[in-house]
Amino acid sequence: MSTNTSEYLLEVKDLHTSFFTDSGEVKAVNGVSFTLKPGEIMGIVGESGSGKSVTAYSIMRILADTGRITGGQVLYRGEDLATYDNKKMAGFRGKCCSIIFQDPMTSLNPVFTVGSQIMEAIRLHTNKSKAEVKARAIEMLELVGVNEPAKRINQYPHELSGGMRQRVMIAMALACEPDILIADEPTTALDVTIQAQILELMQDLQKRLGMAIIMVTHDLGVIADMCDKIVVMYGGSICERGTADDIFYDARHEYTKGLLRSIPNVNNSKERLIPISGTPINLLNMPKGCAFCSRCDKAMKICLEQKPQEVSISETHQAACWMNIKKMMEEQAGGANA
Amino acid sequence: MANTENANKTEFPKKNPLSMQIDLAKFAPATDEEKAQQEVMSESTTFFKDGMRKLLKNPLAVGSIIVLILVIAAAVAGPMIVPYGYEEMISVNGRRDKTAKNLGPFEWSKNEQRAIDSGEKLFPHILGTDEQCRDYFVRILYGTRVSLFIGFFAAILVLVIGLIYGSISGYAGGKVDMVMMRIVDVIYSLPDMLMVILLSVVLKEVLTPVIEGTFLARLGSNMISLFIVFGLLYWVGMARLVRGQILSIKENEYILAARSIGAKPGRIIKKHILPNCLSVIIISTALQVPSAIFTESFLSFAGLGVQAPMPSLGSLANAARGGMMSYPHKLVFPAIVICLIVLAFNLLGDGLRDAFDPKLRR
Amino acid sequence: MSSEYLVEVKDLKQHFPIKTGFMKTTYLKAVDGVSFAIKPGETLGLVGESGCGKTTVGRTLLRLYEPTSGQVLFNGEEVTDKNITALRKKMQMVFQDPYSSLDPRMTVEDIIGEPLDVHKLYTSKAERRDKILNLMELVGLNAEHATRYAHEFSGGQRQRIGIARALAVDPKFIVCDEPVSALDVSIQAQVVNMFEDLQEKLGVAYLFIAHDLLIVRHISDRIAVMYLGKIVEIADADELSDHPQHPYTTSLLSAVPIPDPKITRQRKRIILEGDVPSPMNMPTGCAFRSRCRYATEKCAKECPKLEDRGNGHFVACWNK
Repeated sequence: MSTNTSEYLLEVKDLHTSFFTDSGEVKAVNGVSFTLKPGEIMGIVGESGSGKSVTAYSIMRILADTGRITGGQVLYRGEDLATYDNKKMAGFRGKCCSIIFQDPMTSLNPVFTVGSQIMEAIRLHTNKSKAEVKARAIEMLELVGVNEPAKRINQYPHELSGGMRQRVMIAMALACEPDILIADEPTTALDVTIQAQILELMQDLQKRLGMAIIMVTHDLGVIADMCDKIVVMYGGSICERGTADDIFYDARHEYTKGLLRSIPNVNNSKERLIPISGTPINLLNMPKGCAFCSRCDKAMKICLEQKPQEVSISETHQAACWMNIKKMMEEQAGGANA
Repeated sequence: MANTENANKTEFPKKNPLSMQIDLAKFAPATDEEKAQQEVMSESTTFFKDGMRKLLKNPLAVGSIIVLILVIAAAVAGPMIVPYGYEEMISVNGRRDKTAKNLGPFEWSKNEQRAIDSGEKLFPHILGTDEQCRDYFVRILYGTRVSLFIGFFAAILVLVIGLIYGSISGYAGGKVDMVMMRIVDVIYSLPDMLMVILLSVVLKEVLTPVIEGTFLARLGSNMISLFIVFGLLYWVGMARLVRGQILSIKENEYILAARSIGAKPGRIIKKHILPNCLSVIIISTALQVPSAIFTESFLSFAGLGVQAPMPSLGSLANAARGGMMSYPHKLVFPAIVICLIVLAFNLLGDGLRDAFDPKLRR
Repeated sequence: MSSEYLVEVKDLKQHFPIKTGFMKTTYLKAVDGVSFAIKPGETLGLVGESGCGKTTVGRTLLRLYEPTSGQVLFNGEEVTDKNITALRKKMQMVFQDPYSSLDPRMTVEDIIGEPLDVHKLYTSKAERRDKILNLMELVGLNAEHATRYAHEFSGGQRQRIGIARALAVDPKFIVCDEPVSALDVSIQAQVVNMFEDLQEKLGVAYLFIAHDLLIVRHISDRIAVMYLGKIVEIADADELSDHPQHPYTTSLLSAVPIPDPKITRQRKRIILEGDVPSPMNMPTGCAFRSRCRYATEKCAKECPKLEDRGNGHFVACWNK
């Protein structure tokens, strides 16, 4: 196995993250691995409890006090982030990798002007003069499409609308030109028309600035629109990964299939929805085998006992499902007998 | 990757126990029971049980509970064990023993010593005696009783008045709420200590003949004034708290849901609002007790406390001030008991808040 | 006097007074002249973005807020303060947030039984128990869950409890205020299916308020689109989705993320400029003109009314 991983901007290897609470250990992330190349737009799709946000926070090392990375590695340009001390990590956040959060109202400090918050981000990572910092902040606001940036720079978050605030958040995140932008449900709290504006903005910025984006969301529609490659998570593990076409038109994991069946068919809107039975997984009480087994129609005995490995279906498409392994074994046997 | 043998679609060959391959029998579909075993609903707990569990995990809270139980047990059962009364001057062989003044802990007076030498059995003076030849330990026990009684009673008074006032104000809202809260603001600004002192002086004349001969006479008119002032002034904190709780609970959708079902305001307050305030009210009441005890102790210390000879922890401390140098134990012990009670209630109150406050829940 | 419509809303207005100055009060026109009608067993979807007033319409309809003006008719009879308590047996509501719409101190049995208690719909405790267990079965909850507390359940299950509570009085009309928005995708489908099954079984009519256009199109017979307190378009579900005529509806539909990569790649997006104006500071004339590409002078002067473009398709726009 090659140790030269510098072709990848970010490499997450077998990441395990848990939260240690009063009620026990909550295993939020259980063996997640993926890579990110420069300029790639990757989507992490999952429902609540899937571990997608925790994965993002683990990369940035901004977990809550009770959370800890219990295994695996996160490599940035080949360097293990675990070896970074606090100072180096602070230098990483914002300059190499930024994050924007779901609710812009609570992510922006209400007692500081938006300008000062952007300028703070710039000052932390560069050595520019005050005037230069201010100019850069105005430049960023213009870049994200805020009208009258010179006036807005002195306004407070509550004076701006939801869409504007999210733009300010994006400006803050991109002020130091990071290589990676992590967007944690950036449009969930916004109206549909504003959501469309923000997504268009993000795509536009990506073309101009060339940063990689990790888009964490539960909205399959957003994912279909934006992402080059998609990872589907459930119960802290990756079920399936592939391009948008792979996932939407050739889903191989029962969870992905179930998700796609439970949203209304665009072409035939009255068609009955086929929900996934059962309730979302309880992370305090993880099963030994596949995280999805108790809700899966096609569950086999082995699914309850062992976690499935990821199997390649094509160069871009992998799925971690015993059904696929069974099929492959059958095909092999069929081939051997032919 | 496991390689296969004759993987027939319907029948799986038996697995060789020594082989490392995946047992193909495991590829049979899982039954519903097997799947259901994966899903276990956690044990049912009520809000109360869950809170108690958390409370009992908190060592400070548990310690406080133990201390309080011990103090209350001592105050209740102690005087039954110790044969001396709180106002009883020590007598030996039926005659007042003047030498039994200001004895130290576990000391005997000259007369008592003689009695013991001649074979009599006497209960030791665990904390000595005071300048009136009374057993100090018993006096402290009675003092604790009085202080606790005053503390609880005052806290309940505050609770009842504050709860009613706050509920009406909070639920009514609008102008009624505004007027009621302005009254609360005015009361807040009155100086409580000054009022207690003034009332004590004024009421002493009036009340003493009225309460003559009753149990209250032993407490004294000063305590009545204390209760009156508590009833007049100290409930405002509780009222504000209750009102605040009600205002925030009113915003919850389940109140709107109750209205949409057709429930009338009385039912909503009784069934929905008050039970949800309960934890906050209990916590606040628990913290009110030490405050009342402290106020009483302070008043007794200032000379406006319980009528002599009934002791209270504060008056004992006050009386011991003079002989502080010679007999330090007489000041130290009541002070320790006050501190223990106040600290225990405060820690218990904090523990209750951590355990029951919904906002702090995970 | 009955009519073919179960619920009729005529020119409903809800203006909230807001203090803007020492003595000045302006009115927040949350709902500004809304009219629609729902037949028995029918589902009307009500969509719009935040601030458009759709939740206020639902709550005012059920008289949880006193309307500023306008009429609500149930089965031809006007809803007033006098008959509202009796009518609460016929009109019910399911709320958006499954976490705050159930009293955390009550057991499931008591939550579902409360409407029965309020309207005294049983003669013995056994009868009450039976009714509650039937309702639980109807929504797919286990009987053994009756003694548990709401906080022990997941979002989807709580929503079921809320629905069972609404069904307890056997209503004919339910206002569903964003009932699936707070749920995960896989659970949304379960609850949506349940709504459909209940409608088929019990013949309930719904006012389905939501912002997810795909779900609304799936479940509704007709859809009404609201913008800043007014209905701008109302038509059959498929007709509205395939042939929208109001500029706002067009851009709303084009902004909806479609979970189908081929379609999204081909789609022409109409991205609206600017933000929604504040409802306290609405533009004169048509409220949408500040963001509309087709705005003319007439749009600034007069507010258009809903007019019939044929086929039951009503649009409020000066441009054709």
